[in-house]
Order: sequence, then C-alpha cells, then structure tokens
Amino acid sequence: MTTHTASAPPGAPADLQAEFDARIAADQRIEPRDWMPEGYRKTLVRQVSQHAHSEIIGMQPEGDWIASAPSLRRKAILLAKVQDEAGHGLYLYAAAETLGVDRADLTRRLIEGRQKYSSIFNYPSLTFADVGVIGWLVDGAAICNQVPLCRSSFGPYARAMVRICKEESFHQRQGYELLMRMMEGTEEQRRMVQDAVDRWWWPSLMMFGPPDAESPNTQQSMAWRIKRDTNDDLRQKFVDMTVPQAERLGVTLPDPELTWNDERGHYDFGEPDWDEFKRVISGSGPKNAERIQRRRAAHEKGEWVREAATAYADKHSARKAAA
Amino acid sequence: MSNDTNGTTSGAARPEWPLYEVFVRGKRGLNHVHVGSLHAADDHMALHNARNLYTRRNEGVSIWVVRAEHIAASSPDEKDPYFAPSGDKVYRHPTFYPIPEDVPHI
Ligand SMILES: [Fe+2]
Ligand SMILES: [Fe+2]
Repeated sequence: MTTHTASAPPGAPADLQAEFDARIAADQRIEPRDWMPEGYRKTLVRQVSQHAHSEIIGMQPEGDWIASAPSLRRKAILLAKVQDEAGHGLYLYAAAETLGVDRADLTRRLIEGRQKYSSIFNYPSLTFADVGVIGWLVDGAAICNQVPLCRSSFGPYARAMVRICKEESFHQRQGYELLMRMMEGTEEQRRMVQDAVDRWWWPSLMMFGPPDAESPNTQQSMAWRIKRDTNDDLRQKFVDMTVPQAERLGVTLPDPELTWNDERGHYDFGEPDWDEFKRVISGSGPKNAERIQRRRAAHEKGEWVREAATAYADKHSARKAAA
Repeated sequence: MSNDTNGTTSGAARPEWPLYEVFVRGKRGLNHVHVGSLHAADDHMALHNARNLYTRRNEGVSIWVVRAEHIAASSPDEKDPYFAPSGDKVYRHPTFYPIPEDVPHI
C-alpha cells in the first residue's frame, strides 16, 4: 500500500531502532508504514529512483531502431522489449513513492540533471547488431544486478524486482537469438556483431559500479540488506556467465587479459577504464546531453495531454456530482 | 508539473494525476492481490493503464483500481488490538484439536 512512512515519534526512537534492527537481522521485509532510520529511507529513495530513471532512459538506445528494424518480427519484439522497460521504470517509481516522494518530482530531478542513471545508456547504438548486444550484455548484466535485489529488505522494491526479473529473461534471449541469426549471415554481418561487442563489453562491466575499494556506501547498504552482493562479486559472476556464451556465439571479448584461472575457479579479466566511467557518469559521455534533452522534450510535449485528461476527468466528476 | 510551458489553466499549482492502487485476480478461483500503484486522471484511465502496466503477459483475469486516498489502513502501532485475537484464540486453528492417528480423512 502506498502510504507515507511513519517517522520516529519523539518519545521512543531507541525501541523503534531496535525493532528495525531485529527485522533486518531476521531477514524480514521492511514495509512502507514501518519506522525506518532516515539514512535507510534516503539511500533507498536514491537507489530506487536512479534505477527507475535508468529503465526510462534505457528505452532510447534501442528505441532508435524500432522504425528501422529489418523485419516485422524484429520490430514487434523490439517494441515489446522497449515497452517492458517503460513498465520497469513505472514499477520502480511506484516503489519509490511508497517512501514518501512523488513521481513528478523525481521526473523533474531527472530532466534537470540533478539525479543520475546508469552510465551504460550514454553510449550510442550504431548498428542493428547493437540491439542484439544490448539485449545479451546489458540486460544480462542487469539480470546479475537485479536477481539478488529480489531479496532486498525493502518490500516494495523487492516485489518490483521480482516482476522485473521475470521479464528480463525475454530481453536477454531475444538479443542472443538476434546475434545468432546475424552470425549465420554474411561476413559483413559477423563483423557488425563483433564491432558491437567490442564497443559494449567494457561499458557493460562498468554497470556494476566502481571497484569495492572505491565504493564507500557498499558496507552500509549491505548491512541494511538493500544491496546483497559487492560490485566486484557481481562483475565476476557476469564475466563467468558470459564467456561461454561468447564462445558459443563465435565472438571475441575485447580483453587480452581474459583467461580461466583454475585455482580461483573463475575467469581473470582486465580492469575497465574507470576514468571513462567517471566522465560518463558525471555527464560527459557521448550521449548524455541528448538522452536528457529527449526525455525533457517528451515530458514537455506531453503537458497538454496531461492537462486535457485532468480537465476531462474534472468535468465528468462534476457532472456525476450534479446528477 | 513543469513550470509555465503554456499558460492554459490556472498555472500555479496544477494538481498531479491522483495515485491509484491496483489489485489483480491472477486467475479464476483466486482473490485479487495488490500488485502496485500508478497515476491516472480518472478511474477509466486507471483501469486502462493498469491493464498495460501490470498485465502484459496474462498475469490476470480481472483488475480493481482504487484511489489510494480512499484506502483505510491499520497502522503499525495498532498491531496489538488489531491482531491479538488470532493469537490468543488458538481454538480457531484445527491443530488445537488432537485427533487419534487411526481416524481417517480428517
Ligand atoms: Fe529493465
Ligand atoms: Fe531489460
């Protein structure tokens, strides 16, 4: 239920804190009307709204290809996929609203550049092979990130993640299948796939965030169980999952250091360019300005529609009241 | 509400579309279950949006929407008076009644 969060009555914060801590320790869920520490609420608002923004902005790189998809089948699939991402954004805005913030305000923060979204969506999608690689690698990385969040301590966020994860597997599989078809095609098509893999591999690894040593909030978030694994652990898991898929597909992942380490039982891999990551996340990626500009334009062009719907609803409720 | 794009209505505090809670009956024989919320201008649009947002893959056979402000909820600190009866009236549960093992189908 979406109702505002209870705040600590001045009398007994110690009891409330103890009850909260006990819930977390027992791996129970915190629900919107429960008392929660202000830091927990703030961290969640930031995490959930940035996640929502990422889904919404994430429609753009693939959306660019809907009109020029090579077949009706691919167009229908891509349309359904992009529509799902819009849905993911809305599930997450709804979860954020249970923390006492308001969706219109979050949208404003996004289009005014006051809140971040995933750095991955600031790269261009240059060919149709990018659509396949985004599904395979970007949605693949998103799945790695999101599956553990289905057990987030905050109930509405965990429930939104369950819905989202159910839909992500279609996203990843349609991408991989698209790439398999292209790899069966001409030499030029295979080159397109390899080129897209070369461009998206490193940004995909960056989706898990900075290395653990430079991720100061991880400790607290893991204690609160709103993060269940560290960035580096998730990155490793993603690499381990993806290498055999790349081999089967017949593409090369652009990392000369990528080798199986028998002792660790994992793949070793190179370090992403963290300076590039910092540049892109703080606004200077190839597409940052365009992504925000387009989101803002869509919002502003929708203004008259929102107003007309409100006017229509007002007129009808007035008529009903009069009758 | 973006500031003053075109001054059609009163301009200042243009109200947001209200919040609706959405309940879906997954299949015949089950109760409607709360699945999340959305914003819509009126009931009709709320149903339409709920259909597109929460049931894109046969997740339901029936949808209820209700304005969030119309829901009355028990509050967490009322836990005792509200939920105690089920705790102390153990005789409401079948396990309260010991039945010998050799009595079938019970
Ligand atoms: Fe998504
Ligand atoms: Fe996705």
